Amino acid sequence: MNILMDLPLSELAFRIRRHCVVMANRANSSHIGSSLSIADILAVLYGRILQVDPSQPAWADRDRFILSKGHACAALYAVLAERGFYPTSNLDTYYQDGTKFAGHTMHNIPGVEFSAGSLGHGLPVATGMALAAKRDGKAYRIFCMLSDGECDEGSVWESALFAPHHKLDDLIVIIDYNKIQSLGRVEEVIDLKPLAEKWRSFGWATSEINGHDFGEIEESLSKLPHEPGRPSCVIAHTIKGKGVSYMEDKLLWHYRAPRGQDFEIAMAELENNK
Amino acid sequence: MRTAFLAALFELAKHDERIMFITGDLGYTVVEPFMNELPKQFLNAGVAEQNMTGMAVGLALSGKIVFTYSIANFPTLRCLEHIRNDVCYHHANVKIVAVGGGFAYGAMGASHHATEELGIMRLLPGITVMAPGDPVEAVHATRAVVEQSGPFYLRLGKAGEPTVHQGDIDFKIGRAIQLRDGKDITLISTGSLLHTAVNVTEQLAAQGISSRLLSMHTLKPLDNDAILSAARQTRAIVTLEEHSILGGLGGAVAEVLAEADEVHVPFRRIGLPPVFSPHIGSQSYMLEKHELDAASLVKTIGKFLAKAN
Repeated sequence: MNILMDLPLSELAFRIRRHCVVMANRANSSHIGSSLSIADILAVLYGRILQVDPSQPAWADRDRFILSKGHACAALYAVLAERGFYPTSNLDTYYQDGTKFAGHTMHNIPGVEFSAGSLGHGLPVATGMALAAKRDGKAYRIFCMLSDGECDEGSVWESALFAPHHKLDDLIVIIDYNKIQSLGRVEEVIDLKPLAEKWRSFGWATSEINGHDFGEIEESLSKLPHEPGRPSCVIAHTIKGKGVSYMEDKLLWHYRAPRGQDFEIAMAELENNK
Repeated sequence: MRTAFLAALFELAKHDERIMFITGDLGYTVVEPFMNELPKQFLNAGVAEQNMTGMAVGLALSGKIVFTYSIANFPTLRCLEHIRNDVCYHHANVKIVAVGGGFAYGAMGASHHATEELGIMRLLPGITVMAPGDPVEAVHATRAVVEQSGPFYLRLGKAGEPTVHQGDIDFKIGRAIQLRDGKDITLISTGSLLHTAVNVTEQLAAQGISSRLLSMHTLKPLDNDAILSAARQTRAIVTLEEHSILGGLGGAVAEVLAEADEVHVPFRRIGLPPVFSPHIGSQSYMLEKHELDAASLVKTIGKFLAKAN
C-alpha cells in the first residue's frame, strides 16, 4: 500500500507551522520552538515516506513513527490532522480543559503510536517494535525522533548499543539537533559533539543533513537502511523556532507562547515565507 | 519457585509463539533450555533494564506476550518510570518477573534486598501484583498471567522453597487461597513466607489457638471479601510478609479494614520495619533477625492475642 500526499512539501510544512503557532497562541503553551524545528522533517515523513493509512490507523503493516521528544507534539498533531487522521478542528482543543490533545503525545489519538513526555522512553519502545518486525519477518519500518537534549538520557544509549548488535536495520533514529535544550545551549549544558561519531561508533549507519532542506531530508529518508544490517541514524541539523525570525535559535521560545503582536508577526512571516 | 516458573513458562511458550522471555543478563544455568530451544522467543537484553522494559512494550504493542526477568530490584525499581509510563499507561501485555523477593539474596547486601517493591508496584495504575506462596502457586500464576492480557508484576522467591500445597489448588487472580480454618485468628500471608505461616498455625494449634490461614498471592487487586470475612468470622487478623510493613500486604489489608463498615477486629502488620536492614546473611538468618521465623512469629502473635483479648 502506497499512500502519499499530493500536497507540495512547502505547503504541508507551512500548514504544520501555522497550526503550531495558532495552537500555542490559543493554549498559551510552551515548546513552540521545539515544534517548529521538526516541521519540515514531519512534512517529508508524512508527505512522502511513511506508509500509513488514516482510514485504518492500526493497520498491522504500517510504518511506525514515535515522537520521543513528546513535547513537540503540536507539530505531530498538526501533520496527522493534515494527513487525514482526524479533522483539523480537533487541534482547537489542544491543551484545553477536557481535551485528548495533551501537551505531550497521547497514544489514544489516531496515528499517535506512543505516549511520550519523559525523555528517553521512545527509543527503547521503537527498538522493541523493530525487534518484533525482524523476528516476525515484517517489512515495515520504525522511525523514532529524538531531541538533542534527550541524548543526555542513559536509556537512549542502552538502545543505541542494543539495536546494532541485533542488526535492526528497519529502525531509524532521527535526531532534531537544534542545539538548544531546556536550560541552555547543548554545547554548554552537556556537549554532544561529535554526535555523528558517537552514533557511528555504536554501529549506526549515520548521516547528517540540513533538517530544513526538503531535498536532503527526502533523499536521506528514501535511502533506508543507509547500510544493510545496521540501524540508521539521521542527524538533522535544525534551527529551534525555524520559520519565525524572532524565535529562531532562541531559548526563550522553548517556553514562551506567541501572544498579541508576537502572534500577528509570526502568522504574517509564515504566510510571507511559504 | 524460580525453577517452577521457568519450566511452566517454557512449556507454555512451546505452544504459543507470541510468548517472549527477556532476561536482563541473569539466569545462568536456568534459562538455557529456553535460550537453546526457543531462540526466536528468547532475548538477553544485556545489563540494561530501562531498554529491556521499553523494548518489552514495543514487542507487546506488536502482538507479543512479553516477560521481563531479572533479580531483586533490578526489573522494577531500576526502570520504574518505564514501567509506569510505558508498560502501565499503554496497558502493554508485559509481565515483569523478579526472582529473589525479600531476603532471598540476603547475603548480597542492601542493593539485593527486595523489601519495598511490592508496595511501589502496587501504587502504579493498571498493574496486577502477585507474590505466589510456593512453587505450585508460582506455576498457576505463570499460566494465569499468560491468559490475562495486560501488565503484571510477579514476585518470586529463588530456589528451594518447600511445596506447601499438596495436590491441586483452585487458583484465581485476586482470590486468596484458604489453607486452614480456625476462629481465634486469621493469618494472611503473601509470598514465600507461606510455608513458615503453615508452621506457625501448627504451633499455635498446639497451644490451643485455632487459626485461619490465607495465602494472599495477589496483592492487587486484593481479595477484599476474604479479608472482611476473616474480620467478621475470626477474632483477630495479622498479615505476614517479607516486605516493609508500609504499602505492601499489611498496608493494603489495613486500608480495607479501616474503611469497612462495622468491622472492629484487632489487627497487626507483621513484616519488616521501613529501614535498611542492618543485617547481612542468608535468608533464614535474615528472617530470624527480623523475627519472621516461625518461633518468633508464634511469640509475637501470642503476645498480640493476649493484649487484644
